[in-house]
Amino acid sequence: MAAALEQDGVPTVAVHTHVFARLARATALANGMPRMRQSFVPQPVVDRTPGQLRGYIEGNDPISGRPFVQEVLEGLTKPLDEKDLQGLSFERTTPRLLEPDTAENLHRLFAENHWTDFLPIVLPTEERVERMLKGTKLPPDKVVGRLRPAVFREFWEFTVEKVAVNAVMAGARPEYFPVILALASSGVTARSSSTNSFATISVVNGPIRNEIGMNSGIGAMGPYDHASATIGRAYSLLSQNLQGGSVPGETYMGSLGNWYAYSAAFAEAEERSPWEPLHVQKGFKANESVVCVFFGGWYTHAGYGPRATWQEKMRRSLSAVEQFSPPLLVLDPIAARGFVELGFDKKQKLIDWCAKNALLPAREYWDNQWIQYLNRPRAVAGVEPYASRLRAKPDEIIQIFEPEEINIVVAGGETQGAWKMISGGLRGMASVDAWR
Amino acid sequence: MAERLSVHDPRGYPPKVTGKRLAPRLQNLDGKTVFLVDCLFDNSDVFMDQMQRWFGQHLPAVKTRTIKPKETWADDAEMRTAITADGSAAILGVGL
Repeated sequence: MAAALEQDGVPTVAVHTHVFARLARATALANGMPRMRQSFVPQPVVDRTPGQLRGYIEGNDPISGRPFVQEVLEGLTKPLDEKDLQGLSFERTTPRLLEPDTAENLHRLFAENHWTDFLPIVLPTEERVERMLKGTKLPPDKVVGRLRPAVFREFWEFTVEKVAVNAVMAGARPEYFPVILALASSGVTARSSSTNSFATISVVNGPIRNEIGMNSGIGAMGPYDHASATIGRAYSLLSQNLQGGSVPGETYMGSLGNWYAYSAAFAEAEERSPWEPLHVQKGFKANESVVCVFFGGWYTHAGYGPRATWQEKMRRSLSAVEQFSPPLLVLDPIAARGFVELGFDKKQKLIDWCAKNALLPAREYWDNQWIQYLNRPRAVAGVEPYASRLRAKPDEIIQIFEPEEINIVVAGGETQGAWKMISGGLRGMASVDAWR
Repeated sequence: MAERLSVHDPRGYPPKVTGKRLAPRLQNLDGKTVFLVDCLFDNSDVFMDQMQRWFGQHLPAVKTRTIKPKETWADDAEMRTAITADGSAAILGVGL
């Protein structure tokens, strides 16, 4: 927005907290305005009192070491020099092949450049990439899609061949490649730069699951089959490399990080589920192969059941989730059948029950920084259901999710009636068959 | 001697960067209106309120107005039009 205001002829200073300095400067550079005026205050701003924030304003910019207000005032009034007026145009290219080197040196290069997840990779030699490309009929130069680590960053584009390179690195086999291409085409990055350390959880439905040997039984959520492990890893690696990086401080700002970001892909146990599979719920045919991408991985709750007190347990879990990230429920078939015995003969009935029982006092709902960022502006603009939630009195109990935000998948080995409730809003769906 | 391998670059294709000019700076802020843009992050409104108080106490000749975009992380053309029409400069914050 600062760049747009400058383009409108309005001298502008953008104020950031100091831990975002590298990110802010890299973003300004990618916007062609590397000398955008930026000033910095200490982190955090959240939860600081007016007096503490006044202290930031009257103190020094922690990046430059100069008085903050002096930085701001000079940013608006100090005359521009020639470089400021020019901006900076440049082409960035990435080569198809790297300089040949020894395996040891190449492994070091990949790690040093943050092109790996710091687990061993398979080097993407020309022969290996060629073999991976045999997993699809599509040409290597076909553009698959574009990804970026955050909404304020620029999109990077990539082809079938570039996806194959990352699939090789993850250790995937050519027969998995259509699933990996479908994930890459979803438009959802598995390596968001969000401070919430989001990851993605990918669910695979349809015939492809059995064709490539995905395990939806014991240990379905990993790490107990080659296909799921390497498909999830490939999605993660391709996201970071094809979007222009996932480097802490520059293109990744997740405060805690996330173990789901290594690899999180699994297949629904369609044959043992009492309900229709996820992709059919979403409008696909049962014989189509589909990937669904859930964006979250922020919290995980778990339980057994449904036992006698399942409603109390489930209500506690639903009220304890982060209210900006709706739940994806993964139910072992034993648990799913137990719910059927209780009258939930359709998935939708259980989803509706969860939505009606995901409750919080309005005060608690709104006392969340992400709800403040994301939903409060919508509420103020009159968008429902946020506007009604905002009108609620502080102690009024409000519903925090709509049914369409909640999803249920059945997987597991029936060694117990387990369920997990994982942070995950459905962010993307893609046909696998389109990439065969 | 170890074998030298030819491997692919795993990165995608970045877009061309097109340079953009900064706006001319003001000679001074006296009598001018500076818009304080609350970027909607948690507590940004309190920060901008303190900025406004600071200007009032230390640079009373500068007029300040606070304004908010409609949504977080989205360009708000309507808001920019208001700033361009009625303001001379802008301070945005506090961006993460």
